[in-house]
Amino acid sequence: MSEIAGTRPALRWAVHASVLFLVVLWVVPTLGLFISSFRTADQIATSGWWRAIFPSEQNLTLRSAAPDTQVQENGLYVIEGNLFDAGTKARISKWGISSREIDAFEPGQTAELRKGGTITVQANGDYRMENTEEFTGSRGTRVFVTAELPPEFTLDNYHKVLLAEDSTDSMAKAFFNTLTVTIPATIIPILVAAFAAYALAWMDFPGRALLIAAVVGLLVVPLQLALIPLLKFHLNIGIGKGYLGVWLAHTGFGMPLAIYLLRNYMAGLPRDLIENARVDGATEFQIFTKLILPLSFPALASFAIFQFLWTWNDLLVAKVFLIDASGETTVMTNSIVELLGTRGGNWEILATAAFVSIAVPLVVFFAMQKYLVRGLLAGSVK
Amino acid sequence: MHPAIQGLLTIAIGVSACVGYFYLSNQFLDKVLFPPRGPNAGRNINRANMIRPWLFLFPALAALGLYLAYPVVETLRLSLTERVPGGGYEWVGLDNYAQMVAEPKFWEAMRNNMLWLIVVPALSTAFGLLVAQLTDRIRWGNIAKSLIFMPMAISFVGASVIWKLVYDTRPIEQDQIGMLNALYIFFGGTEPQTWLTIPFWNNFFLMIVLIWIQTGFAMVILSAALRGIPEETVEAAILDGASPFQIFFKIKVPQIKTTILVVWTTITIVVLKVFDIVFAMTNGQWETQVLANYMFDKLFRANDWGVGSASAMVIMLLVTPILVWNVRNARKEME
Repeated sequence: MSEIAGTRPALRWAVHASVLFLVVLWVVPTLGLFISSFRTADQIATSGWWRAIFPSEQNLTLRSAAPDTQVQENGLYVIEGNLFDAGTKARISKWGISSREIDAFEPGQTAELRKGGTITVQANGDYRMENTEEFTGSRGTRVFVTAELPPEFTLDNYHKVLLAEDSTDSMAKAFFNTLTVTIPATIIPILVAAFAAYALAWMDFPGRALLIAAVVGLLVVPLQLALIPLLKFHLNIGIGKGYLGVWLAHTGFGMPLAIYLLRNYMAGLPRDLIENARVDGATEFQIFTKLILPLSFPALASFAIFQFLWTWNDLLVAKVFLIDASGETTVMTNSIVELLGTRGGNWEILATAAFVSIAVPLVVFFAMQKYLVRGLLAGSVK
Repeated sequence: MHPAIQGLLTIAIGVSACVGYFYLSNQFLDKVLFPPRGPNAGRNINRANMIRPWLFLFPALAALGLYLAYPVVETLRLSLTERVPGGGYEWVGLDNYAQMVAEPKFWEAMRNNMLWLIVVPALSTAFGLLVAQLTDRIRWGNIAKSLIFMPMAISFVGASVIWKLVYDTRPIEQDQIGMLNALYIFFGGTEPQTWLTIPFWNNFFLMIVLIWIQTGFAMVILSAALRGIPEETVEAAILDGASPFQIFFKIKVPQIKTTILVVWTTITIVVLKVFDIVFAMTNGQWETQVLANYMFDKLFRANDWGVGSASAMVIMLLVTPILVWNVRNARKEME
């Protein structure tokens, strides 16, 4: 289209605009979660995340300093200070001293306190309380303000989710469990499949075509079918639910794609190379390890990324083969689903936990996109 | 033992066991069983070469057979039996299937699955094609593609959380924190909607999540296919005065028809297996049940292996046409 668009500026603009629109549509949901993970529970619950980038107007209940900080000036008892925490740059637009009238006063005005004395609040939060008698009580007086607060982000959620020692919120354990599932479940199938792929690509034997067809067929068999028979099998041979079971299951389920991708790639390697090596007296084992494996690196990398993403993101296999009643071996996807159930409203924890689990695949994705695309193309284009 | 150490140990053991197996079995074949020496050297070499492929294939075939082929047969058997309290199985013929089709939940799952099967592959492929075409020659096309491709890396569960925030609902007097409701109110909606509980339409809100994920996949494949179209065909059309839309629909799309079909079927398979999204977002409530989640319910909550296996066989049945088509294509390609 663009070769014509070049001659029609309106069309070219339409193309740019629609691509931009689609990109925004695709990125914004993720961005929302990402921004939410840096906001406090209050902020998330009271305003949309898109407001987080702009100053927001909020109603706050603040407290002056306690009476024991009062000083005497010219016969008056005075308490002075700022309502906000140090470093907060907020502007007060309205304030009050009663919860029924939180917007009774403008900044700079003076209000009569119920227990005697007066208070004056400035727009920046500075206040001055004066009284002819001594202020009593143990706590300061409450001040209700309507203030414009600058955007504020916090790392507390991440601290809580990643480092909290005690709690159910902690994802640290689930993170390591996921890693423990993922790495062996990525490496072992590659090795097993590579040998088989070589045999299917470069060795002649009866039944080869049939086997390749079988692999293509198994490629689409829903793993739902495997759940009960294999769980039964694992229980019978004494593996039960646990890491060994989930490693084996992922190895089995990843096998068709691994063999298919690797065989297609290996079959495309130059025939001369392999035949020369055979003539030179190399054994098949040597040809495979010294020649085929290094040359197949792109295909190996492609499959490794697929398998990594798939095992990292998996919920079903982990639920069936790994997670037992003790919950010690929970993985991140499962923890998040549990959070969704029990704490559907706690967006700060949920958003942060989800983002922690998404972050690793995203890094892998952006770092290795080239191989991922190559693998996709090899896997589906006929 | 700490699982992480166990994991490392497994990698070490697994890798060395694999390498050890392949190396030693080859050695055994060449040095002990059929040494290429002595009076029968020629015969031995031939025999060794007949056996060797199977040495290479054995572990993979064992994994394939045990983890994918055997379960198909076993699930079929389980779907025709019932567990007897106290252990053992009893042959019940088609009772499980009869019980299943008598359940309204099953038909709800079937209806929804059919909806998913129509909507998700169609829209993912359409959006994928649209993006692939639009980004084809613009300078920042690769960045755009990479961003639209990104959800592919996000787990279904993560995506569910992302979209649950989009669909979030707050009471009318509060600020909406879900984008969809905020937009809805902004454009004149009166009452914030709880999108995921509106029967029938909530299915589409769940489908959006999968479309959002799968569009990137469709785009990558179709983008490569579009690039593969011979320039001359397009140039000839331009010279003949074809409009950009005519070029796209009459010249380009017909040439990548097979690829579109491949993308379509691949996404269809994903849809048939969709579980996590429904499980995490509604768990089949409010009439959003799908087959895979129905099956999970039966297997692990109702603990009814018979009906669970029967519903798994339904999924298998739905996949079978694509399976046959794929195998036939693969065989044609090899000839």
